[in-house]
Amino acid sequence: MDSTKDGANRREFLYLTAGAMAAVGAGTSVWPLVDSMNPAANTLAMASTEVDISKIEAGQTIMAVWRGKPVFIHRRPSAEVTEIRAEDWHTLRDPQSDESRVQKGHDEWLVLVGVCTHLGCIPMGSKMGQPKGDFGGWFCPCHGSHYDKSGRVRKGPAPKNLAVPAYTFVTDTLLRIG
Amino acid sequence: MAHFGENKNFKNPVVNWIDNRLPIFTMLIKEYGVFPMPRNVNYLWSFGGIAMTMLGIMILTGIMMAMNYTPHTTLAFDSVERTMRDVNFGWLLRYIHMNGASFFFIAVYIHIARGLFYGSYKKPRELLWMFGVVILLLMMATAFMGYALPWSQMSGWGVTVITSMFSAIPLVGDGLVTWLWGGFSVDNPTLNRFYALHFLLPFVILGVVFIHVWALHVTGSNNPTGVEPKTPADTVPFAPYVSTKDSVALVFFLTIFLGVVFFYPLALTEVDHFRKFDPMQTPAHIVPEWYFLPFYAILRAFTMDITVPFTTIVLLPAKLQGVLAMFGSIILLVFLPWLDRNPVKSGRFRPVFKWCIWLLFIDFFVLMYSGAKPPEGLPLIMGQLGTVYYFVLFLVILPVLSFKEKNLPVPASISADPGCCKKR
Repeated sequence: MDSTKDGANRREFLYLTAGAMAAVGAGTSVWPLVDSMNPAANTLAMASTEVDISKIEAGQTIMAVWRGKPVFIHRRPSAEVTEIRAEDWHTLRDPQSDESRVQKGHDEWLVLVGVCTHLGCIPMGSKMGQPKGDFGGWFCPCHGSHYDKSGRVRKGPAPKNLAVPAYTFVTDTLLRIG
Repeated sequence: MAHFGENKNFKNPVVNWIDNRLPIFTMLIKEYGVFPMPRNVNYLWSFGGIAMTMLGIMILTGIMMAMNYTPHTTLAFDSVERTMRDVNFGWLLRYIHMNGASFFFIAVYIHIARGLFYGSYKKPRELLWMFGVVILLLMMATAFMGYALPWSQMSGWGVTVITSMFSAIPLVGDGLVTWLWGGFSVDNPTLNRFYALHFLLPFVILGVVFIHVWALHVTGSNNPTGVEPKTPADTVPFAPYVSTKDSVALVFFLTIFLGVVFFYPLALTEVDHFRKFDPMQTPAHIVPEWYFLPFYAILRAFTMDITVPFTTIVLLPAKLQGVLAMFGSIILLVFLPWLDRNPVKSGRFRPVFKWCIWLLFIDFFVLMYSGAKPPEGLPLIMGQLGTVYYFVLFLVILPVLSFKEKNLPVPASISADPGCCKKR
C-alpha cells in the first residue's frame, strides 16, 4: 500500500473520488426525472390570454381564465379610485399603493389573479350578490381572508395582496394577460 | 440456513423439498406458529393485524377500480359514476374502498393510541415505532391523493388548498407548488401524477409494513405491563392463542365496517364530493376527510404573524407557522422515544402520564371538532388551545415527567402481575 506522509493512501483517495463521481452521476440522472414533473411545453404555451373588455360597464367585474386560473377584471368608477387612493396604505400587511397595482393611464382597470394568497381558493365578490368582505372588495370563503377594493389583504390569514398578472392593452378594448 | 435456525422435518415430501431450498415453511412456523407472545396482551394488540387486513382490502378493491377508472379531468368523474352504476359490483368496490380508507385510519389511530399508552415506542422498539410513523405519513399522502381521483369539487379544492401550503416555504415555495401541479393550476397533469402515485404508494406502504413487522419480530410485542417477558411462563405461542384472539377482533371490526358500507356508505362523505370539479368556483365550506381534521385544526390555529418587535416586518407569517406546526405535529412523533425517557413503559404504572395521555386522546377529538368548523369564534379558540396542549405535552410535559414522575411499583414479571392472568 502506497501511503503518503500524512497517512492517506491511494485506495482511500480512489474510494473518495469514485464515490464523488457516483454522487454527481446519480444527481444528474435524477434531474430529468424531477424536471419531467415541471410544466410541459404545451402547458407553458398556454401562457397568454386575450380578453375583449369593451362590454364591461363601470362597476362591473368579469372573470377571465388565464393558465387555468381565474383573473378578475374590474372596471372602476372614478369615485371608487379616488376613495381607495385616499386611504393610508403604508400600514397594511403587504403595503402597496393602489397606483402601483394598476397601469398608468388605465386607472379604471383593476386586473387581479383571482386566487387567494393563503391556500389558493377563489375569493367571492366578483359576481352580483356575493359577499365582498369587510373592505368592499373580495372575501375568501375557505379561511376568511378579506381584500379591499384594490385587492389588498386587510384581514384574515392571507399573507399577500391578490397578485397582479403581467398584462398589456393591445388596444383600448383588448387586454392581453401573460 | 443460519437465518431461521434448523430446518424442520416435514412429513409432506413436497413441502420438505421446498423448505430445504427456501425455508419458507420453517420461517412461517417460527414467526407465526410458535412465535412467543406475551400472555397478557389485550384486544388493543389486535389492531396492527386489523390495519394490515385493511391495507390488503384497499389494495385489492383499488386495483379492481383502477381497471374502470380514467385519469383525465374531463372523464374521471364520469368514469367513477360509471363504476357506481354500470360496473358489476362496482358500487361495492367503491363503497368498500372509500369507507375502507376511514376504517384503515380508525384501526391505525387505535393502534397508535395503544402504542402511546403502553409506551411501545420505548427501548428496544424505537426503530419499530419510527417505521410506524413513516407508514402513517405514507398513508396520509396516499389517502389525500386518492381523494383527488373522482375529480369532484372536494377533490379539486382539497388538492388546491393542501398543495398551496407549500407556497408558504420562503423563496422556493411558489416554484415548488408549480412543480407539484405540473402547471399553473390544479389541472390534468396534477390528476395524472396523483393517480400514478396513488397506485404506487400502497405498495411502498406494504414494503414499510414488512420492515415494521420484521422489527417487531426481533423485539417481540410489548404488553399491558410494559415488562418484557422473562420466562416461558410469561408467553404463549402466537398460534393458536393470539391468532384466534386477533381473528375474533377482526370479525368484530369487519362487521362494523361492512355495516357502514352497506347501510351508511355516505355517512363520512361531503356533499360537494358529488359535484364535478369547477376550477372557477370554490365551494362555500371545504373540509378535509375526518381523519385529517385534527391536523387541519392545527394548521388553522395560527392567526398572528410574528414580527420584529415594534415594527411591521414579518419574521414568520401566520401561514408558514401553521404549515410548520401541522407537519411538525407528526414529525415530532419520530422523536418520541427520546422525548419520553421515563424507564417505565406502561401508562398503568405512571399516575401522571396516564391522565396526560388520556387528555391527548380527548384533545385529538377536540381538534377534530375544531377542524370541521369554520375558523372563527369558539371552534377556533378550541383549536388553538388543543394545539397548545398537543405541543406542550410532547415538548414539555413528557420530557419533564421522564425524571419527575413518581412511578408506581412495576411487577417483577408478566405472570407476577396480579391483573395478568386468571388462576386456573
